[in-house]
Amino acid sequence: MTVSIGTLIAQGITFFIFIYATMKYVWPPITKAMQERREKIADGLAAAERGKSELEAASAQVDSLIRDAREQAMEIVEQANRRAGDILGDAKSEGEKARERQLASAKAEIEQSLTRARDELRKQVAVVAVASAEKILAREIDASKHRDILDKLAAEI
Amino acid sequence: MFTKKESATEYVIHHITNLSIGEGAWTLHPDTLFFSWLTGLFFVGLFWLGARRATAGVPGGLQNFVETVIEFIENSVKDSFHGPRDFVGPLALTIFVWVLLWNLLDLVPVDYVPMFAYHALGLEYTRIVPSADVNAPFALSLSVLILMVVYSIKGKGWGGYGKELLTHPFGSFPLVAPFNLLLNIVEMIAKPVSLALRLFGNLYAAELIFVLIALLPWWVQWIPGGAWALFHILVVPLQAFIFMTLTIVYLSLAYEKH
Repeated sequence: MTVSIGTLIAQGITFFIFIYATMKYVWPPITKAMQERREKIADGLAAAERGKSELEAASAQVDSLIRDAREQAMEIVEQANRRAGDILGDAKSEGEKARERQLASAKAEIEQSLTRARDELRKQVAVVAVASAEKILAREIDASKHRDILDKLAAEI
Repeated sequence: MFTKKESATEYVIHHITNLSIGEGAWTLHPDTLFFSWLTGLFFVGLFWLGARRATAGVPGGLQNFVETVIEFIENSVKDSFHGPRDFVGPLALTIFVWVLLWNLLDLVPVDYVPMFAYHALGLEYTRIVPSADVNAPFALSLSVLILMVVYSIKGKGWGGYGKELLTHPFGSFPLVAPFNLLLNIVEMIAKPVSLALRLFGNLYAAELIFVLIALLPWWVQWIPGGAWALFHILVVPLQAFIFMTLTIVYLSLAYEKH
């Protein structure tokens, strides 16, 4: 254990050289990199947080959109149902009317035919009656003499 | 030399003698200088490699290691020193890693390097642990003393520092000024002396014990040698950490106004 001033001084100088080298080439880049990384991580966390809240907002919006759409769809279906009911009702009453109209016209036709047939029949009956009466009376009655009675009869039939 | 023919005393003395150039107080210890430069260059080189392509993205293995060490040092500095850290940080880092590497050299078996140096290079003496040579710790602690003065002036100004030397701790009464000054000088000397001797004492004692263990028969050396090495693994970083922490504390005491 001997004191050596030369070693002491040389060691001291070496010490400061190493401190200088560390100060210049080691400390600043590393601390800078660590600081930057710290900021990057902080930024990343903030972005994640922001993303999460944005996602929440978006999903709330989606929910409300879906609710609206559902309501709208229900309304449309209801409207369509109502419309179908209306159309059906209209068609039914239309059909009813048409049927009544046809019925009425058929009835009128029948009536007409009946009347016509009755007239015809009446005329024919009169003719037959006259004919038969002529045949009966041919022997006893002069047709021209009793024409007024025969006419009266035809009118009565 | 290195045989059991020499006496135990000679063996021990041989192992605790530095290689020296020159005579008296102005001698140089090339072995201490060589191994401290070697470890220092290793430290700066390794950390430079890690810091060279430092990126804020995902760090590589070496950068990760360097960052871990630097973060640890920076936190230690931040805890006790409240001034600008762009010099004190690198200072603390240099002290911690350099002293740690010095101390680690103590775990190299005591005969390996001296035997190699003697047979291959013809060097009579070689001590590889700089912190077990009293000059290396003192070189650090005296440098710290200079920095303490520099930081006192930086933090308090010439007037503030002069005033503190004369009025602290007994007060500003003119008659006690000489006592204040004397006490401050004693304190100023005591700090680096205790700082250096604590490190030196621990490592010197440890080295001596390794040397003594080496005197035992070879087949039993591993028991006490292993035990002592395990214990020494605790001492190595602890002493480096203590040296660094006290340096920071001394500088912060110097820098801050009381």
